[in-house]
Amino acid sequence: MLVEIKNLHIGFESRTGFAPAVKGVSLTLGTEKLGIVGESGSGKSLTARALMKLLPKQTRIEADKLEFDGIDILSASEKQMRTIRGKRAGFILQDPKYSLNPVKTIGSQVAESWRAHKGGSKRAALEAAINLLEMVKIRDPRKVASAYPHEVSGGMGQRVMIAMMLAPDPELLIADEPTSALDATVQAEILRLIEELVSERGMGLLLISHDLPLVSHFCDRVAVMYSGRVMEELKASELLSAQHPYTRGLLNCMPSLIHPKERLPVLTRDPEWLK
Amino acid sequence: MTIEIDNLRISFGDKEVVKGVSFNVAKGASFGIVGESGSGKSTVLRAMAGLNNEWSGRIAFSGENAPLYRPPAFFRKVQMVFQDPYGSLHPRQTIDRILSELPLVHCMDNIDDRIAKVLSAVALPMSARFRYPHQLSGGQRQRVAIARALIAEPEVLLLDEPTSALDVSVQAEILNLLADLRVERNLTYVMVSHNLSVIAHLCTEVGVMIDGHMVEQVTAEDLRLGNVNHAHTRELRSLSVELEEPA
Repeated sequence: MLVEIKNLHIGFESRTGFAPAVKGVSLTLGTEKLGIVGESGSGKSLTARALMKLLPKQTRIEADKLEFDGIDILSASEKQMRTIRGKRAGFILQDPKYSLNPVKTIGSQVAESWRAHKGGSKRAALEAAINLLEMVKIRDPRKVASAYPHEVSGGMGQRVMIAMMLAPDPELLIADEPTSALDATVQAEILRLIEELVSERGMGLLLISHDLPLVSHFCDRVAVMYSGRVMEELKASELLSAQHPYTRGLLNCMPSLIHPKERLPVLTRDPEWLK
Repeated sequence: MTIEIDNLRISFGDKEVVKGVSFNVAKGASFGIVGESGSGKSTVLRAMAGLNNEWSGRIAFSGENAPLYRPPAFFRKVQMVFQDPYGSLHPRQTIDRILSELPLVHCMDNIDDRIAKVLSAVALPMSARFRYPHQLSGGQRQRVAIARALIAEPEVLLLDEPTSALDVSVQAEILNLLADLRVERNLTYVMVSHNLSVIAHLCTEVGVMIDGHMVEQVTAEDLRLGNVNHAHTRELRSLSVELEEPA
């Protein structure tokens, strides 16, 4: 197993007390595509960030088990974490506008991530960067490499982010809402690209999204989270016929193009779900 | 209020971003504009709302041409709701202060009553009235944004991606609210969105934009059935349908 999480609790200390956010999440991930879906505030991003130990200081993390490829994350030192982050597990964030350095060219940023993990001369790294940009299907990689982030579109920016993540050949790819800032047509392209790369390289993928239909198309398994807990875990192909009232409720309240509804059903939250 | 847009052209500097868009909306109808980012759909809406003065062509409400600079009375009739409820409310003002801005500017009476009424119209609790935006959830904030538009008692609402920053569960509530308000107050809607199913749910007619052109206008019914002509409409439709169908 690449990732094993057992009974993970995350909470925040604050002036006014303790606020729990993730309340007992258990997940495992091998070389497969696992999707985590849920509304905002359900704790899906926190779970992924805890795995990389990327949480602010006042966070309290407890777990029976939190392992990446056998390494205990909770007791790992910052030095150990640096050999995992980027190198063995890549992290793709939602909005390329905020994740890329606005004052450096795209080529130099991709080259930097290449050099940080593989070393080599600046020139070799730049050539490698151009190769990587080509691999994420950017048509004119040389031109894009010398462009600044504001000069490229959102979809292109996300490709660049993916190229940076691929530089060190990671075993796990964590994608936190990689396409929610993109148009529908671009979204499909980016997901297809991620899917191809993941299956070609035999990586594990953790796809975090609030879009249920999207996840059901691109993942093998799906965990549905609500209020810090995993409500149910099921095969992606069975997501649209899920049984849990929360999953059903989320699916029902989406407007549909083919099956019009006079009025959208509203999700009624049952306190029973949290017991 | 009927809306007529005729050969609307908008340029930023040398770059033309809206290249001759025309459409009509009947009184009490709702018209949707779909397109990808950069297709000019929000720019059309902003020009209609009077937020952009660099346009040519014709924009008419109730048959009356809208002047380049709109008189204050115009904003009593036409109001706009923006995409991001996090960014469109003043963070240092209470909901009460935010909602009283427009009535104060327009010297309306009974401001207190109006605020209470408009809050109940968007189903916000009275306890929200003296809170700050950051103390409300995303859905509640979008309700405040809608309330702020409604307090002018407008006849036309221009909606710029009103639900794209929200969860699907909250989106359903807001879409239901918008549908109810339209019937109750006989409002005319023009809504911009990139989500075809949201547009088809709320609007009866849809215009598809690409690269500054409105390439097709279809009824929501035809869009559902797939009676569309332009390749871009077909592409957007098939992507939307593909996602809806089980894998």
